[in-house]
Amino acid sequence: MTYVKPISTLWWLRRPSYFLFALRELSSVFVAWFVVYLLMLVSAISAGPEAYHRFLDWSTGRVLVLNVVALLFVLLHAVTWFNLAPRAMVVPHVPPVVVLVLHYLLWLGLSAALAWVVLR
Amino acid sequence: MRRRSPEPLVWLLFSAGGMAAALSVPVLLFLFGVAIPLGWLPRPDHAHLLTVLRSPITKLVLFGLCVLALFHWAHRFRYTLYDGLRLKKLSGLIIVFCYGGALAGSAVAGYVLLRA
Amino acid sequence: MADTITMQVARYRPGQEAEPVFQSYDVPLRKEWAVLDGLNHIKDHVDGTLSYRWSCRMGICGSCGMTVNGSPVLSCATFLTDYAPGPVRVEPLRNFPVVRDLVVDIGDFMAKLPSVKPWLIRDDEPPEGEYLQTPDELDDYKKFSMCINCMLCYSACPVYALDPAFVGPAAIALAQRYNLDSRDEGAADRRDVLSSAEGVWACTFVGECSTACPKGVDPAGAIQRYKLTAATHALKDFLLPRGAR
Repeated sequence: MTYVKPISTLWWLRRPSYFLFALRELSSVFVAWFVVYLLMLVSAISAGPEAYHRFLDWSTGRVLVLNVVALLFVLLHAVTWFNLAPRAMVVPHVPPVVVLVLHYLLWLGLSAALAWVVLR
Repeated sequence: MRRRSPEPLVWLLFSAGGMAAALSVPVLLFLFGVAIPLGWLPRPDHAHLLTVLRSPITKLVLFGLCVLALFHWAHRFRYTLYDGLRLKKLSGLIIVFCYGGALAGSAVAGYVLLRA
Repeated sequence: MADTITMQVARYRPGQEAEPVFQSYDVPLRKEWAVLDGLNHIKDHVDGTLSYRWSCRMGICGSCGMTVNGSPVLSCATFLTDYAPGPVRVEPLRNFPVVRDLVVDIGDFMAKLPSVKPWLIRDDEPPEGEYLQTPDELDDYKKFSMCINCMLCYSACPVYALDPAFVGPAAIALAQRYNLDSRDEGAADRRDVLSSAEGVWACTFVGECSTACPKGVDPAGAIQRYKLTAATHALKDFLLPRGAR
């Protein structure tokens, strides 16, 4: 005669921390969208200068809105990923804060390197 | 005794993809998806991008990024459907959709990058 | 400061109610009173039919876990003044069947706990005296040994709510407490349960178990660490021929 509380499908709306978790998990959809966008860009570049410029013209408007949203989600993914990393990856004799800082430094360095390759 | 699951291998792909995506996707999406289309940064010269793209190293790195990012999506989205929408009953279908999608996407990525 | 606060306490009396209802009680609001003191006041002076578990009143027995204003807490370590002017809503721990009022059925956790063999496993005969260990070796698992089995982590965990077969945060953290102990040789014995689909792989690192833990155990971290261990093992099994492992 025990009572079992039913669980709502919208359980992730019940607490702010659950909702943030749901957003974090949803970020994977935008990671997948990035792969699609990247492959479209690669196709356009390889098809020649006109296709490349046509692609960038197409990337304004609605696609731009999608990309801005995707960027926010991808940033959420990156920040939550790096913040949780020291708890999953325990290196003997290295304090967790060092593991954390190294992740952010690597992120910064790699981002700068990629930007340099693209824009140089 | 409980049966060992194939979960560790897909989790490794998920983790590698999560790391690769966290490190490289924000800057690439910011550049090509937002800053360049908006004109905040000058459009990179087409010839320059083509040279970079045609380097085998670039192709290999981009292929790796695409495959890992897709498997990252597949694994995480599978659990989003399980828990967020409570669809664990459909787990067979979801597994085929997610990991099958990632495999198909990887094949497309390979084709696009080889042809580039 | 007002001198009373309203406590809305979930009542469930089987045979009397089909599902829990809230009953309000006004209790004295004193600086040194925890939620548990409020409940004891109700039980002793207002309504002796209220049922709940408690024992030590000092955050070590793990009996008095409840849901207070939606969060899983130890009611002996949660002060009424933090909820002033109130009301304070007291419910049983979530994710467990309610037996009566604030008392839940903990049978599921009690059955899972021994499944991860949370004790020292050795093949050799016990030594004269004790197994020796350095302070550094103690630090490797000390955090995970602080668990008091209060089950707040199970109450906070949405994965356990959705899939009661999940071995769960405290049990896995305790398994890790022994896996990381230099005196233990039982990691292989625990592997089948921990690396099953209902073991660490069910966890999606929501992290709420670690937020809820009153002892700083970080079960979520323990689970992620074990995922890495299990994945490394699986990769070895996958890549190396049987003899070379």
